[in-house]
Amino acid sequence: MKLSSGAIRLVIPAVSLAVLLAAVFYMQPRAMSYTGLNLLFNLAVPIALATIAQMLIMSVNDLDLSMGTFVSFTACVTATFLQTSPAIGILILAGAIAAYAALGVIIHIRQLPSIVVTLGMSFVWGGLAVLLLPSPGGAAPGWVRWIMTAKPPVVPMAIVASVIIAAITHFLVMRSSLGVLIRGVGGNQRSVERAGWSVVGLRAAAYAMAGFFAVLAGIALVGLTTSADANIALRYTLLSIAGVILGGGEFVGGRVSPIGAVIGALTLTLAGSFLSFMRISPDWQIGAQGAILIVVLALRLFLNRLEKREKNP
Amino acid sequence: MTIKKMLLASIAIASVATPFAVSAETADKRIALSNNYAGNSWRQAMLTSWDKITKEAVSQGTVAAADAFTTAENQATEQAAQIQNLILQGYDAIVINAASPTALNGAVKEACDAGIVVVSFDGIVTEPCAWRIAVDFKAMGESQIEYLAEKMPDGGSLLEIRGLAGVSVDDEIHAGIQAGVEKNPQFKIVGAVNGDWAQDVAQRAVAGILPSLPEIAAVVTQGGDGYGAAQAFAAADRPMPTIVMGNREDELRWWKEQKDANGYETMSVSIAPGVSTLAFWVAQQILDGKDVEKELVVPFLRIDQDNLEANLENTEKGGVANVEYSLEDAQKVIGGAN
Repeated sequence: MKLSSGAIRLVIPAVSLAVLLAAVFYMQPRAMSYTGLNLLFNLAVPIALATIAQMLIMSVNDLDLSMGTFVSFTACVTATFLQTSPAIGILILAGAIAAYAALGVIIHIRQLPSIVVTLGMSFVWGGLAVLLLPSPGGAAPGWVRWIMTAKPPVVPMAIVASVIIAAITHFLVMRSSLGVLIRGVGGNQRSVERAGWSVVGLRAAAYAMAGFFAVLAGIALVGLTTSADANIALRYTLLSIAGVILGGGEFVGGRVSPIGAVIGALTLTLAGSFLSFMRISPDWQIGAQGAILIVVLALRLFLNRLEKREKNP
Repeated sequence: MTIKKMLLASIAIASVATPFAVSAETADKRIALSNNYAGNSWRQAMLTSWDKITKEAVSQGTVAAADAFTTAENQATEQAAQIQNLILQGYDAIVINAASPTALNGAVKEACDAGIVVVSFDGIVTEPCAWRIAVDFKAMGESQIEYLAEKMPDGGSLLEIRGLAGVSVDDEIHAGIQAGVEKNPQFKIVGAVNGDWAQDVAQRAVAGILPSLPEIAAVVTQGGDGYGAAQAFAAADRPMPTIVMGNREDELRWWKEQKDANGYETMSVSIAPGVSTLAFWVAQQILDGKDVEKELVVPFLRIDQDNLEANLENTEKGGVANVEYSLEDAQKVIGGAN
């Protein structure tokens, strides 16, 4: 069996997703239908987008602790300005992406720990979200709602969207030269620098792209919920980090996998449904979710070791 | 001939039996409770009430199942996923205490589109296809002033203890109290503090403002804060005003002690956590094909001087006074709205 290390990284998330899916189908045959799959996975679409955003930050060895509040903020913008006056809404969202790029620049130039900067920013985004929507409300723009509730033939929207997200980001991060350079910053910043590339620019690009995907996550979320509140996506910070790791990414070294990240997000969502179908009491659910994560990660460590042993017999 | 007789007999039995089997229509229906939080005594009481009433209903064959689901974390996205799972599990009705009035609307709409009856209570959802059982907090505030106006026709100075700033419930109860004071100008609110619905916070806040206040005739409250206010008045050695109580056990117990010692008189207004059972019966009635208004108002729980003992007896130590609703109560609420 000759598999590239990248393929091995993908095997485990894919297999765990398949196993979970089989278990869910066994327990709840109703899920094995067009609407069933859509109901299972449609809330995974914004999580997948947020996971991709987190993955881009992690590919330059940084971590974004403001992901949840930022997605909440963009959700609030979507439900208010983007709906009432689209031009201003787009301007605000573009500004938010620019702010992310600026964050990347500041973190790089001042050599600040990204965890501290983004933790600080999480309060800024949270505050802005409360200012926009002091009480829950707003409405989804018609076109967003239309996209998120579209019913393509044969395959439900949630699956189509996941595949599209995975394909586009795979091309962007794994195939384009910009993607290679960004991962290079995570792998060996000095060699990228010596080769004559601007690491500031690359980090800014990675952050801007992360901001862009996080904005998409907020828009997609509002398309599903029809309206927003300032705390709507707080869980996304940890979910997105877990999704990247579950999907075969690593905290350092620019080792990330967009396809894995999307699969990781789907697996996390499915794990929640699985536990709910099992009728596990809520007191145990967080623990059980953690146990699933640990099992998958342990499997990966095991395979990593196998891989190493094959390389140096 | 015998067959005809048997048929006639069975028809006779059926027609006699029907009035008793009120809910034969819903015998195969399954109802789920989607709850977002279980971390305080009120929510615990709410879940216990649900459990107690629905177990009876299931064993009597009124409904096939009534399962309660609580999300592990109090987050709207998680509850939305939970509701979608409940749709997949094929429940006929979902009763919701929502984490957010708006963020679940997408999932609620999915449920409605799947032909599921959605009833929200306490934490209601704004999606038009769902039913809402809302609490009339404004009336709760106004009733306090009405009671005081009857008790002391000459009026006097009032101290108002408010809840958690920025929460809509606090605004609504406050608006009710203000409306009551406008109607009864013999009362004047001379001071207001935030008690955050907690005894210790209320006690600190009242103790802080007391020295600057004239003699207080009565204290209007929002529940959970009456006992702390009483402690503050006692510590400052001020004459004890009439303090309107909430439904916590310590408040009722203090009231009872004072009543036995010196004939202290007051009243208590609160929301009974058993409102979950009202939502259950409303969902059952809708499944039964009854025509039910989308907006229902739940009566608040009022305890007076004469039924204090009975209520205190039913309240666990450290718990909250509660009322569980029956099918008849639900029908009354539905009838009131129509």
